[in-house]
Amino acid sequence: MSAARSATLRDAIGLGVAVGLYGVAFGAAAATAGLSPLQALASSLLMFTGASQFALVGVLGAGGGAAAALGSALLLGTRNTLYGVRLAPLLGDRGRWRRVGTAHWVIDETTALAVSAPDPAHARLAFLAGGATIFTLWNATTLAGALGAAALGPTAKAALDAVVPAAFLALLWPRLRGAFPEVGRQRLVALGGAVIALALTPVVPPGVQVIAAVAAVALAGRPPREVTS
Amino acid sequence: MSNAGLWAVVLAGGLGCYLLKLAGLSVPAAWVQRPWVTRVAEFVPAALLAALVAVQAATSGDRLVLDGRLVGLAVAAVALALRAPFIVVLVLAGVAGALVHVLA
Repeated sequence: MSAARSATLRDAIGLGVAVGLYGVAFGAAAATAGLSPLQALASSLLMFTGASQFALVGVLGAGGGAAAALGSALLLGTRNTLYGVRLAPLLGDRGRWRRVGTAHWVIDETTALAVSAPDPAHARLAFLAGGATIFTLWNATTLAGALGAAALGPTAKAALDAVVPAAFLALLWPRLRGAFPEVGRQRLVALGGAVIALALTPVVPPGVQVIAAVAAVALAGRPPREVTS
Repeated sequence: MSNAGLWAVVLAGGLGCYLLKLAGLSVPAAWVQRPWVTRVAEFVPAALLAALVAVQAATSGDRLVLDGRLVGLAVAAVALALRAPFIVVLVLAGVAGALVHVLA
């Protein structure tokens, strides 16, 4: 095996293991929101995109309805559409049926792995190795988290209640960190989203305030001129 | 929500998220790469995730609530700023939440 090939595999599997740990948090959050372990597992198997899954159970857990839960999950899922556009030339899936299979693994992490690979052959390898590792661990750890949370006492439940917002913060954090493009505007939009959600909480049905927070995207303004690619 | 309702939401979410992924691989790039579409998609996660942080940490139903969750969130923010690994961040937040529960 070439050095580039083993480095690609090592990165992909390493990231997969790290991300798989999030699955425990998701499984626990899903259980807190009232999903059965089987429903938590079905979310991870079928949705397989962490932020959307967390949003779905977050809105349901806050007492939100189906429309608000689905709306926030799908809005977050639009990211993956843009990733697909970037990945299509790298993955080179000419056949329709290949694309139908590949699409399920188009997420933040597999995209990051594929676009940072040195050439399309390694990009495809990184995508598949990362996708397989993350998919396997994410589902296994989801089930473990959901089953574990179901057996908790009141103090452990209070601990879990504090873990869920921390997990959302950890998902958000990289976007607020210095190296992220236009980090100042990302921070402004995040602050706006939080303020809108809290301000609307007393006056709208549960979950709707999360969807309404999308209005904070307007704070991003127009793109800077140099980012026209 | 009823058990059947939860299943419907999970299955519809799965189908919708999959179709969004498939669309990216399938539709002509020019359809998606309009400036305002990419602009919105780049910033939607920040707005929604921050809203979810706020709602999960500081609300209960239609009320604003201050409890151990907010303390856990503050602890998590400090841990993230110190570049602690994800699992450490969650454990610290959970311990803080449990402590407040025990003390209160």
